[in-house]
Formats: sequence, structure tokens, C-alpha cells
Amino acid sequence: MHIERFTPKSDLMMVLIFSAVILLMPIWLEPFGAAYPDLMQRFAIFGLFAIGFNILFGQTGYLSFGHAAFIGVGSYATVWIFKLYTMNIVPAMIAGVIMSGVFALVVGYICLRRTGIYFSILTLALAQMSYNLAYSVLTPITMGETGLQVEAADPRVWEAPLAAGEVPRTHLFGLEMTDLGGLAGFYICAAFLILGFYVALRITRSPFGSMLRGLKTNQNRMAYTGLNTRPYALAAFVISGMYAGLAGSLMAAMDPLAGAERMQWTASGEVVLMTILGGVGTLVGPVIGAAAIKYFENIFSAIDGAVLTGWLDFLPDFLLDLIVPVLSLFVGKGWHLTLGLVFMLVVIFLPGGIMEGYRRIRDRFSNADAGNK
Amino acid sequence: MDAILLQILNGLDKGGAYALIALGLTLIFGTLGVVNFAHGALFMLGAFVAVSVREVLTISTKVKDESVTFFEAFKEVPYLEVWFGDTGRMIIDWSVPISILFAIPIMLAIGLVMERGLIRHFYRRPHSDQILVTFGLAIVIQEIIKAVYGANPIPQPAPEMFSGTANVGALFGLGDNIAYPKWRLVYLGFSIAVIAAVFSFLRFTTFGMVVRAGMADRQTVQLLGINITKRFSIVFGLAAVVAGLAGLMYTPVISPNYHMGMDFLVLSFVVVVVGGMGSLPGAVAAGFLLGTLQSFASMNEVKQIIPGIDQVIIYLVAMIVLLVRPRGLMGRKGVMED
Repeated sequence: MHIERFTPKSDLMMVLIFSAVILLMPIWLEPFGAAYPDLMQRFAIFGLFAIGFNILFGQTGYLSFGHAAFIGVGSYATVWIFKLYTMNIVPAMIAGVIMSGVFALVVGYICLRRTGIYFSILTLALAQMSYNLAYSVLTPITMGETGLQVEAADPRVWEAPLAAGEVPRTHLFGLEMTDLGGLAGFYICAAFLILGFYVALRITRSPFGSMLRGLKTNQNRMAYTGLNTRPYALAAFVISGMYAGLAGSLMAAMDPLAGAERMQWTASGEVVLMTILGGVGTLVGPVIGAAAIKYFENIFSAIDGAVLTGWLDFLPDFLLDLIVPVLSLFVGKGWHLTLGLVFMLVVIFLPGGIMEGYRRIRDRFSNADAGNK
Repeated sequence: MDAILLQILNGLDKGGAYALIALGLTLIFGTLGVVNFAHGALFMLGAFVAVSVREVLTISTKVKDESVTFFEAFKEVPYLEVWFGDTGRMIIDWSVPISILFAIPIMLAIGLVMERGLIRHFYRRPHSDQILVTFGLAIVIQEIIKAVYGANPIPQPAPEMFSGTANVGALFGLGDNIAYPKWRLVYLGFSIAVIAAVFSFLRFTTFGMVVRAGMADRQTVQLLGINITKRFSIVFGLAAVVAGLAGLMYTPVISPNYHMGMDFLVLSFVVVVVGGMGSLPGAVAAGFLLGTLQSFASMNEVKQIIPGIDQVIIYLVAMIVLLVRPRGLMGRKGVMED
């Protein structure tokens, strides 16, 4: 078992390095062709989602298959504030986080009565239920398949009414998301990501965090010491639900619409993939996993047969005819196939994800050094 | 009264599919202790065996169309029809039942490969790892099918004899106005037959006896010098066959598409949990029960009282059962208690 060594100083360094890496993304992502705001926003938002999911799954050991429901609740609440009160994102996001927190409290209260696979299936059932409801009975609130959108004619009580035809834009006290060449939106997301990372770090280092890890290791033994474990698990669930709600709110703040497809269970599966790929239970892992999946999704989806043919032009024709159809299975629309395969390989051979891979390589080198001495 | 009978039939029909998938899931869980999230993918693969068989049977050639006399016209005629005439036409018409013959060995092979190649390495890993790796496998299978067959549903007609509706009302002496699709009656009968076959296989054969003994106490059976792992692998193959057949026979009801497996999987898991993890009769009973409940909930009269109930009834029942009776309806003590 790997034991992480840390001191307050090393933690501070970690937060600083993390912030620097995130804030400088527009610069160092340039060579990778990923330095445009829309994609970087997605990195930050899904990173936040994965950090929150990791608090529940990585630290507490509860595998939730319904976390996308909180994204949905966060988005809907945020857009409703946009519609009814103001286009300023601050009140809207507060509402989104609170609503998803309340929803998580209810869901968690029900689901946390069971552990293990039962918990996974209960969360899956509840999320699927909310998804179905959003498409059917709740259409007055969710607008069903068209999705919830902001319009010029919405009665925004705290703001001057817009002229007809004017497009309502989200803003932070006047700073619009598309300002600074689109970077304003990204920096707002980045600020939340760093804040979320810091909070997650504090939780991990706190006595509460060790309680959660105790729950993961052996819940029965925790209970035998006379401790009521339920409130701790519930707190972890609500915190992680609020992270998801915040991510959903940010999505809505960057692009003011909300749709039920965000709540589908495949979306819940995606965050599981991100967390596993990056490294369960580590702090940075989920963010790396989220960024990696979103980055490669973007790159791979853009490649199609023609692009492949262009790249492999130097090959003889018969080889080209052979290779291109096979490769094009894995790119473009077939990106999910690659994702599924990579995910399986990671679960089979590297259950700790990218972070474990990194540690193994580092250990091998440091051991080799020790052997030489 | 008519409406109620119709809804019961509807429910039993859908419940049949749930029960078959849940039966396989439970078999796998009870024997290998593995939670198989790729079971829906097996259901879908079965459906696509039917699609493939039909495609092969209808490989066509161009034949001069005699009915058009003004100009040279050609029409596509399947080779089978050219060679065998009416017999060929009948074979194509019966493609769905015929594909059962192909589906059994294919699904058995897929199941065995899956178990020996992948699942075997996950016996001792935590349940969450099993869920994750089979979830990944389900994505992979689904995407391969999507790449090969495209994203659109491919309708499969039932044999002409079973297309159209049957007058069920007369059968029960309730008047003549209850019509029900014949194929769905066939499906109901088929699912009951498969369930009966699985149960009698486990009950009355030596192989089944060993498997049941292994489910109850794996170690003791091994101490008696029986290679229980090998038998459990075969049970996995069997579960794959059951899921595949369930999907195959369902093709005339819903056209096969690449995500049908996932759609059914979520519900089947709920069925397994309601029935009780590891209990075969529980899985079957819960399958039919939830199917019936769902179809009653989708009646207009019920929807008027509680709007949206048809969308959530299954999940709602599952939650209540899990909270009130965590072991499930017929769950055994000590199986996945925590």
C-alpha cells in the first residue's frame, strides 16, 4: 500500500503548482491545439465534477452511478434564476449549488441505507427516474426535449427588461463570459476549479477526511467503535452532489441552457470513467482524467477517414486500403470505442489510473538509483 | 375488464424479457459472484444474430421483372427464392425462429470467451472493479455493433403466420374485442419455456445439481474433487445464451438498435435487486411483476390520477423494496448482505 507523505508546506506547493498549471492553460495548451476557451472551460467544469465525484467514490468508497442527476438539477436551477431574476451568474450559481445540495440530501438519505452494489443500483435508479421525469411530467419546469433556454422576454425582476430580439448574455457583474477573447468565461471556471481543488484538499487532510477513508476501508469496524457512520457518508454524498451541481451551474453559466440529456446515466458513467482513468482516491488524478477524456474526445472526434488517408499517404495503396478502414473504426464517431477499450485496459492493468502509472514509473527509477549506490 | 386483461398480457410480455435477462444476471452472480454490466450487451448481440441471419438469407440477385412489359426492368430476388421457390420464401419468412439455431452456439461461444478471457481475472477483485470492467466491455460491444450495423434500428418482421393480431378475448370468454399481437403471445410462451428449461436443467440433471451445490458451498464441492470453475464457466455461457435468445425473439417487437442492451440492462438490474440478489425464482417473479406493474401504470386512467407514474413506477417500487426489505423479495440470507 502506498502511503502519501505530505506536510502543510508540500500541500501549499501542490495548490500553487496546480493553480499555475490551470491558470496558464491558455499558454501551454497552445501547441496542443486545445487553447480555445470552449474546450478549456470543459476541462475545468468536468475537472470540478470529477473532483467532487472522487470525494464520494475515491475517498468514501461509494460507487454512484447517478451523479449526472445533480449536474442536471444544478443546470436547471441556474437557468431558472437567469430567467426569473438576473443574468448575473453569482445568484444563479448559488441557487444551483443549494438546489443540488438539497436534492443530494434527499437522494443520499435514501440511497445510503445500502452499500456496495445495492448503492450503485439505487443511485442509478434514482438518476434514471429523474431523467425520465424531466422528459415527461416535469416538462413545465424542464421544457422536455427542447431544453430550458433563456429568452429576451423572460421577466427578469432584478434587471432592466431587454428589447425584443436582443440576446440575453450571462455576466459576472457586467463582465460577460465572452469578454477578453472568451477567456473571461474560462478564468471564472478556472477560479472555481482551483477553489474546488483547495476545498477537496482541505477535506482530505481533515479529521473528517480520515473518517471517510475509514468508511472506505472497513465500515463495519468503524461502526463497532461506536460511531454512527451514516452522517459521515451522507455529508460526503451531499458535498460531492454540490460539486456536481456547481459543475452543472457553470455549464449553464457558460452557455445558458439546460437539457435533460445531461442527466442520462451515460453521463454518470462518463464521470466514473474520468475518475478511474485519472486515478481514484488521488487529488489531482480526477482532474487529469477529465481533461484527458475531454481533450481526446475533441481530437479523435475530428479525425475521419479523409484525414487518416492524408496522414498515411506515404503508404502503398493496398496497405492504405487495409489500414484506413480499421483505424477509422476508432476515430471520429467511433471515439467511444477507443474510450471503452482504454477504460477496460486501465481497469484491468492499472486500477489506480494515470496517477498510479506515474508513481510506478517514478518508483522504478528511484529504486534503480538506490540499487546503483 | 378487457383493458385489464390487455395490460396483464402486455406486462407479462415485457416482463418475460426482463425475467430472462435477470435470470442470466442472477445465474452469473450466484455462481461466479460477478456483477455483469455487459449482460445487456449480450441481449443486444442476440438480437443482432437475428439481423445477420436475415441478411445472409436475403442475399439477392437481379432478376428480370416479367410483370413490366414496356421496358427491361429488374428486381432484387433472394437467391433462396430463385433456388427453392416457395420453400425458400418460407425460410426467409421464418428467419427469426430459424436464427435461434445459430444463436445458441454463437452466444455460447461469446459467453465462454468472455468468461475465460476477461471475467475470470475478476473473481477476486472488488465488485466495483467488476462493474467497471464489464461496463467498459458493454461500451466496446455496443460501439462495435454501431460501427458494423449503423445507428438506425433494423426492423425484423415476424413470420407471416404470427404477424397480425389474435383474438384473445374469445379465448377467455370475454367477447371479441380484445385483439393482441400474435408474436407477443409467442414471445410470452417462449420466455416461459426458456425459464422452465433453465430451471429443469438445474433441477433434474447431474450437471445442474453440481452447479446448485457449488452455489451453496463452493469449497466443499471443490474438496470433493469436482472442477467447479469449469462448470461455472459453462453456466456463464448458458446465461449468455438465455440473454441472447431473449433479445433475438424480441426483435419483431422492437427493431434491434445498438443501445437496446443498455436500455434493458438498467431495468434488469432493478429487477434482480427487487427479486433478491442470487435468487433465481425471485428474478423471474420480479421480472413478471415489474413488467405488469409498468404496463398498468401506463394506462391512461392511472396516468390521470398520478401523472408520470408510468415513467417511474419500476424505480419507485425498487426503492421501496430495498428500503423495506433490503434482501429483496426472495433473497437468501447471507448473499450480498452488506
